[in-house]
Parts: sequence; C-alpha cells; structure tokens
Amino acid sequence: MNKQQKEEYLRGYGVMKSQGKPFFPYAIAKDSAMACIVMVVIILMAVFLGAELGPKADPTTTTYTPRPEWYFFFLFELLRIIKPPALVPLATIGIPTICMILLFLLPFYDRGPERRPERRPIATTAGIFTIAAMGYLTYLGATAAPPTTIDVPVPKNVTAQGAAAVATYKAGQQVVAQSGCGACHRFGEAGNAGPGPELTKVGARLPAAAIQRTLLNPTAPMPSFAGLQQTSPQQFNDMVMFLSSLR
Amino acid sequence: MAKIKVPAPPVPDQLKPKPKRPGKTYGPQTPVEHGAEAGASTVGWIDERTSLSGGARWMMFRKVPKGTNWFYTLGSATMFAFLSQAVTGVFLAMYYDPAPKGAYESIRHINDDVFLGELVHGMHKWGSSVMVVLIFLHMGRTFFFGAYKYPRELNWVIGVVLLILTMTMSFTGYLLPFDQRSYWASIVGVNINGTGPLVGPYLNDFLRAGPYFGATTLSRFYSIHMLLVPGAIAALMGFHLYLVARLGTTAPPWLKPKTAEALREEEVAA
Ligand code: HEM
Repeated sequence: MNKQQKEEYLRGYGVMKSQGKPFFPYAIAKDSAMACIVMVVIILMAVFLGAELGPKADPTTTTYTPRPEWYFFFLFELLRIIKPPALVPLATIGIPTICMILLFLLPFYDRGPERRPERRPIATTAGIFTIAAMGYLTYLGATAAPPTTIDVPVPKNVTAQGAAAVATYKAGQQVVAQSGCGACHRFGEAGNAGPGPELTKVGARLPAAAIQRTLLNPTAPMPSFAGLQQTSPQQFNDMVMFLSSLR
Repeated sequence: MAKIKVPAPPVPDQLKPKPKRPGKTYGPQTPVEHGAEAGASTVGWIDERTSLSGGARWMMFRKVPKGTNWFYTLGSATMFAFLSQAVTGVFLAMYYDPAPKGAYESIRHINDDVFLGELVHGMHKWGSSVMVVLIFLHMGRTFFFGAYKYPRELNWVIGVVLLILTMTMSFTGYLLPFDQRSYWASIVGVNINGTGPLVGPYLNDFLRAGPYFGATTLSRFYSIHMLLVPGAIAALMGFHLYLVARLGTTAPPWLKPKTAEALREEEVAA
C-alpha cells in the first residue's frame, strides 16, 4: 500500500467505525455468549471424555506408543511422508521453519490494499490449500496407529540354528513389537512406512554390532534403548538378535 | 411512562432524615447515606489516585464497525479458553507433584480422590484442544478477512508468537501426567526438536536440563509450562488487545464506507 492508499483506508475505516456501535454492550454480549458456549463445550468434553491416565512412565519399559497430542499429528506425518534420509532434516525442521517464517512475514510481503478474500486469489488459494494439507495430514496421523504385533516368518538361517535360536528370535520379535518400533518402521506387513527406514531386511544391511550401536545411540527422533540394556540386558540382546537375523 | 408515586411508609419522627441546614457541606452526612454511596465513592477514590476510568471508558465504549459478525468473537473465545486453562491449572497445581517419583501418583490422586478432581483435570486436558482449535479459527478469520494488512501488521506478528507459545504450552504440558504415552512422546518430540537448525541442540539441553531426559527434566517442563510461557502469553495478549482497541477491529472486507456525499444525500432524503 502506498501513502495514498493508506490514507484512503484510514479515512474509509474512520467513517465505518463512527457509524458502528459501541463495544459495550453490543460486542461484549456476543463475546459473552461465545464464552458460555466455550465453557459448556469444555465441561461436556471433560465429563464425557474424562482424563484417563495410561500406565506409569517407565524409562526402561518396552511397551509404549510414542504418539503426540492430536494437533501435532500434522508435524509428525510430515516425517512419514518425506522418506529419503537426506531429506529428513528438511521435513522435521526445514518445512516447519519455512512455514513459520512465511507466517510471520505475511503482512510484509502481502501488502496489497485489497481485503476481500475473493479478490485475493493467491492468498485465498494458499490459505485453503494449507488448511486442506494440515487436515489431511492430521487425518493420516489419526489413522496410523502402530501395530502391537509383528509377524515376520522365521528366516531359514535362524531355523537352521535350532530351537533355541528360534525362541530367541520370537522373544526379540515380541520386544520389538511392544516397544512401538512399528510406529516409525516397517517390518514385512506390519508397521508404518516411515519416518524411520524399513527394517524387514535390516540384518542384510547391518551387522549386529552396528544395530546395537544404533539402538543405544540412535539418530533423532528415535529414542535410545540404553535404559532397556541396563535393566534387562536379556530383552535387549533378544532384540538385537531378532533385528540382525532379518534378511 | 408516568411515574407512579409510592406513598412513604410511616416513619417515626426520630428516624426521619433531618432536612439539611443551609450552609452545610454537600455529600452524604449520615452513616446510612455513606453506605449508599459506598460503591461510587470507592470507585471515585481509586480513580482519583489512578485515573483508570479514562482507560476503561476508552476500552469499553470504543466503537466497533457495523457488520461485525460472530467470526469476530473467536479472538475473545480464545482468550476465554486461556483463562479457563489458567484457573483449572491453578487448582491442578495445588495437588500436582513435579517429581518423577510422585508425578504420576499425584495425578492419580487428583483423578480418584480429590473432590471434582477428574472434572477439573479433564477440563484442563480438553480445554487445551479447544484453545488450539479456537486459535487456528481466529487466525483463519484474520487471514481471510485481510485483517493482517495495514495498519494491523504488528498485531498479526504478535498473534504468530502467541500461536507458537500456545503450542509450547501443549508440548510441555503433555509430559506432566508422566504416563507411558506422555513420557515417550515427549522424548520423541524433544529429539525432533533437537534436529533444528542452529539453536536446536541448545534448546534441547535447556528443555531437558542436560543432555538426557533426567530427574530434573520434569520439573523444568513444569516450570516452563506453568510460569514462563503463561506469563509471556498473558503479557502478549495484553499487548494484542491494546492494539485491537487502539486500531479498532476491521470492518468486514465486503463492506464499503459510505462517502460523505452519500451520507449527505441520505440525510436530505430522510
Ligand atoms: C492467545 C491467542 C490469541 C488471543 C487471545 C487473541 C485475541 C484477539 C482478540 C480478542 C481480537 C479482537 C477481534 C477478534 O476477536 O476477532 C484479536 C484480533 C486480532 N488477532 Fe488475535 N488473538 C490470539 C491469537 C492470534 C493469532 C494466532 C493471530 C494470527 C497469527 C492473531 C491475529 C489477530 C489480528 C490480525 C487481529 C485484528 C483483527 C481485526 O482487527 O479484525 N491473533 N485477537
């Protein structure tokens, strides 16, 4: 807006304001009605949905589901949609950061005098697109529950080693399933495809020592399993054994 | 409407107010009269010392353009949701214990034993969702109405900061019940945060109070959640509202101001 447009706007706005009604009681009445609705909605939600607690937090446990509050789903889903590891920092940080900067600076790059949504096609389209994208990602996040069981057929190399190896394999498979790894990794038919890489054949790519190192010292956002190794090394070793025999 | 005169009840002479003598000072004389004036004189006393009434009048009796509709209530609804969070949060804080050993049990205690505990806990929990929904709706309203344009640019920028702070509130609050879900989700969330450019790792050390999730992490999240961020939100909300009153709320974009000429013609026609 140039100087003339600014003055024109202020003049026009001044006229409309002087023809308006006082804030008290007219606007206050609407605001109060809305406040009552908000209060009723919050109380109804509290009464009908409650405030349940899950099991107590246990840093060494193996049963958890790392799910954020629903309105963070869209951020989490960004991780899942962008797969190549090289692009992951872009998804986690790049896109949100760029969006935040665009949001902050909006009044400084969109300086046209027009205010009607139907006469600002670019802004309106971008707004609707953003809402649709966030809605879609939230929907994806809401429907992507992690699996509680993983069922990868026992590989031949394990069967060849005898019954003890098969038992370890099964035990490890259960630990992995209960640890919620499937929230971010895919194992055969089970689990979500991302943000973590597919693990169906991870044993062919990485030796056991490397898998163990990753579990203890993972790249973000994966949580570390060092706590599990300290409290129940047996389970931890089963896990490593299961993963390294996936090929 | 004609005034109806109610006949005065018979009052014994001793109790009848004495007529004022000429030359006496103005204002209430008897204790009863003082009592009747108490409200007005308290306000007057405060105003004499603070001059707040001018500000209140400026805030309450400013004009709002014609055509302001229900979409314009979303901002104040967001503020109301925040106030509800503040009040329920105060009551939760009376019972909450921000230590890894006691946090979960104290929330259990709130849910199971405290009078109306589960209701207040539920209101705080679901109120956060309501506030997030409302803040996005309010932002959408200001966006589609072009309300971020001159002269309200700064109010938009403050709004974006409020949005980030609100999301920070949910993020730090999610850990506090200290159940499995909140614990592991917070670890993953903090890890994601740590991949941020430049400040990411430092921010993480600050959030966790060290390089790992430890015993002090919970109390740090708690103090951020109930002191640091709400304080900042309250202050910025005040500034946001000051600017709204200072600049006036936008008129709906499809309304055009009547020019002075059109007004005059209207007057002539009337
Ligand atoms: C804690 C959150 C917030 C509160 C309590 C709040 C409160 C308010 C209130 C009460 C108004 C008066 C008009 C109305 O209600 O529509 C307003 C106006 C405004 N808000 Fe917010 N707001 C918040 C967040 C935001 C956000 C996230 C944005 C945008 C990024 C924003 C941008 C604006 C703008 C541009 C106006 C001026 C609108 C106009 O004059 O028509 N606000 N806000």
